[in-house]
Amino acid sequence: MLRFILTRVSLIIPTFIGITLLAFFLIRLVPGDPIETMAGERGIDAARHEQLRKEFGFDKPVIVQYGIYISRVLQGDLGKSLITQAPVWEEFKSLFPATVELALCAILFALVIGLPAGMLAAIRRNSIFDHGVMGISLAGYSMPIFWWGLILILVFSVQLDLTPVSGRIDVLYYIEPVTGLLLIDSLLSGEEGAFASAVEHLILPTIVLGTVPLAVIARMTRSAMLEVLGEDYIRTAKAKGLSRFRVVALHALRNALIPVVTVIGLQVGVLFTGAILTETIFSWPGVGKWLIDAIFRRDYPVLQGGALLLGIVVMSVNLIVDLAYGLINPRIRHHR
Amino acid sequence: MTLNDLPTLTLSQNGHNPEPSQRTFIMKKSALLAAVCVPAFLAAAPLSAKTLVYCSEGSPENFYPGVNTTGTSFDASTQVYSRIVEFERGGTKVQPGLAEKWDISPDGLVYTFHLRKGVKWHNTNKNFKPTRDMNADDIVFMFERQWKQDNPYFKVTSPNHSYFDDMGMPKLLKSVEKVDDYTVKVTLNQPEAPFLADLAMEFAAVQSKEYADAMLKAGTPEKIDQEPIGTGPFYLVQYQKDAIIRYKAFPEYYAGKAKIDDLVFSITPDASVRWAKLQKGECHVMPYPNPADLQAMEKDPNVSILSQAGLNIGYLAYNTQKKPFDDLKVRKAINMAMNKKAIVEAVFLGSGIPAKNPIPPSMWSYNDTIKDDPYDPEAAKKLLAEAGYPNGFETDLWAMPVQRPYNPNAKRIAELMQADLAKVGVKAEIKSFEWGEYRKRMQSGEHQMGMLGWTGDNGDPDNFLHTLLGCASAQGNGSNVAKFCYKPFDDLVTKAKVTTDVAERTKLYEQAQVIFKEQAPWFTIAHAVQLKPVRKEVVDFKLSPFGRHTFYGVDIKGK
Repeated sequence: MLRFILTRVSLIIPTFIGITLLAFFLIRLVPGDPIETMAGERGIDAARHEQLRKEFGFDKPVIVQYGIYISRVLQGDLGKSLITQAPVWEEFKSLFPATVELALCAILFALVIGLPAGMLAAIRRNSIFDHGVMGISLAGYSMPIFWWGLILILVFSVQLDLTPVSGRIDVLYYIEPVTGLLLIDSLLSGEEGAFASAVEHLILPTIVLGTVPLAVIARMTRSAMLEVLGEDYIRTAKAKGLSRFRVVALHALRNALIPVVTVIGLQVGVLFTGAILTETIFSWPGVGKWLIDAIFRRDYPVLQGGALLLGIVVMSVNLIVDLAYGLINPRIRHHR
Repeated sequence: MTLNDLPTLTLSQNGHNPEPSQRTFIMKKSALLAAVCVPAFLAAAPLSAKTLVYCSEGSPENFYPGVNTTGTSFDASTQVYSRIVEFERGGTKVQPGLAEKWDISPDGLVYTFHLRKGVKWHNTNKNFKPTRDMNADDIVFMFERQWKQDNPYFKVTSPNHSYFDDMGMPKLLKSVEKVDDYTVKVTLNQPEAPFLADLAMEFAAVQSKEYADAMLKAGTPEKIDQEPIGTGPFYLVQYQKDAIIRYKAFPEYYAGKAKIDDLVFSITPDASVRWAKLQKGECHVMPYPNPADLQAMEKDPNVSILSQAGLNIGYLAYNTQKKPFDDLKVRKAINMAMNKKAIVEAVFLGSGIPAKNPIPPSMWSYNDTIKDDPYDPEAAKKLLAEAGYPNGFETDLWAMPVQRPYNPNAKRIAELMQADLAKVGVKAEIKSFEWGEYRKRMQSGEHQMGMLGWTGDNGDPDNFLHTLLGCASAQGNGSNVAKFCYKPFDDLVTKAKVTTDVAERTKLYEQAQVIFKEQAPWFTIAHAVQLKPVRKEVVDFKLSPFGRHTFYGVDIKGK
């Protein structure tokens, strides 16, 4: 097991270098620099532009800039946003909990509905239920997030008046961030109704962000289940006279879960991508919107730092998933 | 929960049960909640006094307008600060601010500002308590922070004091002196008529010198730009990036407390979502509506749409130093070949008016007697033949890649222009670059003809006519992208710049517009109309010609 963990962890280093390289050079390939972007229609004269480039350290060769950046990163310094002058880490810290809260709710939503739906569809293969689930999940998977979010707002918020349109909590509540997770902070604040308001605000974004993972999980569970249900040992279990429930829940599900767990791990990356759009539609103050703004403003440090931090999060989640995979499947753990 | 639910909240807070209809509403909500996430219980929110919610479009960069260039940032900080002089609410007229009155020397070089006494700083920051009222030191600090490179604050937050530089302050200012605690003397190197208007702009917001010194000593100078202390009508309570900005009315504001008690910016980047929020009463005022939503907005009985021709111009500039546009006849011909009315109607969808002058109609000295070049393809063909292009010519046609306040869709406009031009034999190839690159190349004059535009800074015609069409800015990478340098025109706008008498300046500018039309360096496209959907309970919200959103003086009905 130790060897397994070490192999997995050692893979993180090249990935880390890859992310810093990509984030650093890709944004610099985009034409324009932060100084010009800030200048707008007004423009900026060449001498002043040069002077400011020097101030920001953009006059040095790119490779030197990269060296400086990496040495600072290794010392734990991600730099400051060029636009707000706030340290990248501070901004990330204040915004990330919102993304985590939304992502957790979304994946929970996807699991709670996707797993049973996939299982049932597999058990009742070729039934109307099966076709229904697969059809809907295909539609869900192909749904453009932006459109889907707006439709939900129009129907549930504007027409039916069931949910608030956007934001994380009603503006009347003044909640000081403690954990950054508003569901917890609103409870801690003791303000009446704050928690309910936070929950209400979570509903639509959760559904929108959870739709794609839900579709993937349902389809994955179904096909994994189908495969397992066709195995000899299932036939044996049935022949032994075990109840249908025991066969499915104990013998089949555990084995079917292995590929599903991997997919869940991969969905974390998908969630962050989806969060960019979901956060924009629902005015959700998370890191997705922050990174998009950084691209438009050519805020190099934010983009580099944000990509790196998110990369680390995705890598860690995948590492945990790999380890969990090992736990579920002894063959992987003992494989030499 | 919406603001309109407030009466319900009052009831339940007093311990009464909600009305039956409200109860079913709450039950419906709870059922949905329980279905999706954790079981929820709904209860009353803390009742707030008069709260106005503004669905703003984005997060400010910081709270120091001296280094900002975006309206989003200005909107966030303008509530907090005051300036030496202020623009009147809803207009471009300059009126007293922190300076009660001022004297201008006869040669127009020395401005003496007499400051208001007893102006209080916000006393709301946990790290700093002001011990004195606003005085001349603060005014001098405002200038020196942006002007003197050796000022310890010059580089704090950003060394790029964009507007201060653009308004020509570093060259213009000779000295800024504190005469006594309540008198400041500013001496200029040359007379400059728009100087007062410049000081009413956002970049000239006055910050506390005492706060700055304290933060410098504490080693956290950037705090003054992140946790701002001002003398403005509202003080900042909380800012959460991409979520919310919360202000409260400052009871000791020198002009009296604001009519509303709380001001909330609910940051909502998507225009359709802003509209959904406005409809539901989750906010009271929203900027930048989606043109496609306008029809629905007009039908909503709870919403009124305020409109005003903005202080802007969208135009197509001919590069007057390049062939074939160095020939006046060609420029005139192209002006007549394009159907302006159709273009504006198709692209602006009711949010723009066709432009004939380079300055907007809401600006003083706008010359309404000028006749626009008519749409007349036949005459255009004739003129082209006279200029030696009987079969037309080939040209490029640059279109911005992004939406701008003065031009919602440059590429679409370019396509319409291209079609019109083809009818007179001119083959135009549409070109575009990444936005920063686009501007840079236009400014260096790489184009033959290209679209750009301008939004006014200080409400002074000088800011359009001299900045965009004067000889000084036609050189190098200046903002005169038509590279138009025509002495009779330049003489007029240069003279107007140093004349302080408004009547005389008006005459000069009116004449300059006549020459502009004759010389046709631009095809003036449109002035975008500023449309602001506002809920009906909002009282006395005034549109700012500068596109600012200020809430002092605004009230909310029925609360």
